[in-house]
Amino acid sequence: MSFTKRKDEAKGVVVLGVDGQLIVGNRHELKQKALDALEAGDRKFLIDFTSTGYIDSSGLGVLVSMSKKIREAGGELRLAGLNEDLRTLFELTKLDSLFDIEDTIEKALESF
Amino acid sequence: MEISVRVPTAIDVVEEAVDLVARHCLAAGLPAATARFKLRVALSEALANAIIYGNRNDSEKSVEVRVVVTSQTIAVHVSDEGDGFNPADIPNPTLPDGLEQTSGRGLFLIREMVDEVRFNEKGNSICMMMRRA
Repeated sequence: MSFTKRKDEAKGVVVLGVDGQLIVGNRHELKQKALDALEAGDRKFLIDFTSTGYIDSSGLGVLVSMSKKIREAGGELRLAGLNEDLRTLFELTKLDSLFDIEDTIEKALESF
Repeated sequence: MEISVRVPTAIDVVEEAVDLVARHCLAAGLPAATARFKLRVALSEALANAIIYGNRNDSEKSVEVRVVVTSQTIAVHVSDEGDGFNPADIPNPTLPDGLEQTSGRGLFLIREMVDEVRFNEKGNSICMMMRRA
């Protein structure tokens, strides 16, 4: 499992990719990547779940925490690339009402 | 069939332990879709709870995962060495007040992912039941 980070220069969006699991053992690593970018002045964030296996409640919790931090700094966070299982997690926990979730990375980038 | 795995009290072994148990459950007849996602989410939650809240990150303690396979079900028991808790004390995390909380969704997710959840009287052992194919 690992996290990737790239910047879509055209839209000025930091794209964080979750390859594998987002769980209790690695959640802080993802948050730190976002905080570092926030510190460096970035304000638009997209999390790419295209290659994600599963997320646990700690992973969901860190997304909520990141969302707050980014919002407080005047930024935007979007999620994209969730498969049916992952989308169900957000629906069950009602977090789909808290996050801006797009079907694909392309659609999410366009929406900024 | 029954297998038992002793997991150290360390957060960074959760993923590996989940993978190991999920592969056993798949081989024992758990539907592939359940083994791939629902079991993994539920077991990851149960292990994290056992390590963090049950054993309080005490590396001298361990968590036991026991998988019991019967003709119709697969039961995954996760037991820690802590004092236990009362599941009824855990608030519903989907109520408006809980939505922006960064924790408290673990038990809720477990209940959503498996067919039946039971606890022992002390509250330090959870049993997650799933139907076989």
